[in-house]
Amino acid sequence: MILRLAIGSLGARALTVGMTVLAIALSVVLFLGVEKVRTGAKASFADTISGTDLIVGARSGSVQLLLYSVFRIGNATNNITWQSYEAIAAQPQVDWIVPISLGDSHRQFRVMGTSDAFFDRYKYRGGRSLAMADGARMADLFDAVIGADVAATLGYRLGDPIVVAHGIASFTEHKDQPFRISGILEKTGTPVDRTVIVSMEAIEAIHVDWRNGAQVPGQATPVETIRQMDLTPKAVTAALVGVSSPLQTFALQRAINEFPQEPLLAVLPGVALQELWAIVGVAETALLAVSAMVVVTALIGMMATIFSSLNERRREMAILRAMGARPRTIVGLLVLEAALTAAVGAMLGLGLLYGVLSLTQPIVDSAFGLWLPIEPPSLREVLVLVGVVAAGAIVSLVPALRAYRLSLADGMMVRT
Amino acid sequence: MLRLHEVRFRWAGRSGFSVSVPDLQVMPGETVLLLGESGSGKSTLLSLICGTVLADSGRVEVYGQDIAALSGGAHDRFRAERIGMIFQQFNLLPFGSVLDNILLPIRFAPERRARAGDARAEAVELCHALGLPAGITSAKAATLSVGQQQRVAVARALIGRPPIVIADEPTSALDAGTQTAFLDLLFAQVRGHGTTLLMVSHDPRLADRFDRVLHMQDIAQIARQAA
Ligand SMILES: Nc1ncnc2c1ncn2[C@@H]1O[C@H](COP(=O)(O)OP(=O)(O)OP(=O)(O)O)[C@@H](O)[C@H]1O
Ligand SMILES: [Mg+2]
Repeated sequence: MILRLAIGSLGARALTVGMTVLAIALSVVLFLGVEKVRTGAKASFADTISGTDLIVGARSGSVQLLLYSVFRIGNATNNITWQSYEAIAAQPQVDWIVPISLGDSHRQFRVMGTSDAFFDRYKYRGGRSLAMADGARMADLFDAVIGADVAATLGYRLGDPIVVAHGIASFTEHKDQPFRISGILEKTGTPVDRTVIVSMEAIEAIHVDWRNGAQVPGQATPVETIRQMDLTPKAVTAALVGVSSPLQTFALQRAINEFPQEPLLAVLPGVALQELWAIVGVAETALLAVSAMVVVTALIGMMATIFSSLNERRREMAILRAMGARPRTIVGLLVLEAALTAAVGAMLGLGLLYGVLSLTQPIVDSAFGLWLPIEPPSLREVLVLVGVVAAGAIVSLVPALRAYRLSLADGMMVRT
Repeated sequence: MLRLHEVRFRWAGRSGFSVSVPDLQVMPGETVLLLGESGSGKSTLLSLICGTVLADSGRVEVYGQDIAALSGGAHDRFRAERIGMIFQQFNLLPFGSVLDNILLPIRFAPERRARAGDARAEAVELCHALGLPAGITSAKAATLSVGQQQRVAVARALIGRPPIVIADEPTSALDAGTQTAFLDLLFAQVRGHGTTLLMVSHDPRLADRFDRVLHMQDIAQIARQAA
């Protein structure tokens, strides 16, 4: 019945209580939303590459190498010569090696040259392989396989011609060698979705008439001639390597890092990811702290509302006291009301979060490649919600104790 | 039954109001009217009897129990068990139903609850005896007229038959006609159950209904000190 009275009393102040609930709900949405994006980003980053033991590139930072080779963020400052690539491939510890050549783009999407092995060796989300939604891998020199987002965004179908631009966001297009879409990949939730994949030879082919990043004036080698040429790559941007035994990973890494012919860098994807987390960790913590502060602000708002309601509720408390309620019961009632308010706010916040998620999930996915799963609240989220309710109850102790003192001092006669 | 002896009390804080009662006794089943002007300390005296405030010195005995000897929680329990309380107005929790309000005191008083038996049935019965319309128990308290609210307050004071009912100017918010009807109903109930009634008022016209009339100036000395 105390619960019913608490609910009734809250209902009698529906407007102010409603505002408080809304404030708490919004703060919970913000907090859980930030948390969701954070864990979602972390998970999707961690899911992007699996099964690769080492990533090899020209010497730079390990995070930078990871970012440009796997996430297609930023650019390589240097390439690996084809000789070095072949030398690494010949190392006894190497089980498989996949070259990656970046630097060209199609519209807003990056073009990646690679070998056929990429489709077999690249694994994501705990060992899943790429699968074709439609069509097949590149068979011809000018065949391209596109990721799911490329197809969806540009409305491409099998057999459509596409033109590759040199550089990124450049207008100088390799017009003379139009490609044809031979396959469309299934959605993976990784940067592969936003990549146009061609063969290593194709990358060579479109640069036949180019020297030092500029088109040789007046030179336009016909496609038929190009097909006859030796299109062995001269360089690769990076390489994904699998070792024959995990024990040899570090030996191979050291061998590559001490490669005598040119400065190279080999990183373990997991270790590079850890470094990345360490960098973004500070921002992450700051973001979390800010959203936690918003929750605290909402709860303090609730405390202020309870405080200001105390005066108009002295009567109510005097009645309860006269009926034999202990001052403790009065405190309990106020704390219960606050906990109820916070609980309703928290549940509403959770509901709003799911609402917002289901609305923005596809948008966030296509804009940022971030898949925010809609799933039952995690233990951590449940703890956050419980924490909000508990904090609400604790915060309300301050006005409740004041009510306690008031009800002791008033006796049970409140002069109205 | 009810006895105050050499009681002194002073409100803490700015009012500096103090009251002392040399001796006051009320017998079981007696109906007593306590008259006094506004500000003469009538409500303060009731608070002392209810144990919501404690005397600085002297004895306040209710049912042979020295109030001061009880611990904090026991006061509240004792009050809930022994005393039914009616205020001048705004007696009810406006957001609760009539039934909620009537059942409120027995929530804090297990013995009274046991005595009430089927508490809901008794509440309905009391409402009926007090001339309240049938079905009013589920109405929200705030929707009742003032006279009806006061009668619900009587039902609440009587449920589970506490030995004492204390009423602090229960009729001053009512017009003359309603006042008479209200007092008739109150007295019928109180006399029927042999309940002790201590009622406070500043209206001497009520006197002839009561067994005994006390005047504040006769039983107590009051003093005001500017703080
Ligand atoms: N809670 C309180 N704290 C401090 N002083 C109080 C308190 N309640 C009453 N007083 C003081 O005690 C004095 C007597 O008040 P009380 O309410 O007992 O008078 P009363 O006879 O019931 O008056 P009324 O007929 O207007 O109800 C007043 O002067 C008031 O200032
Ligand atoms: Mg009074």
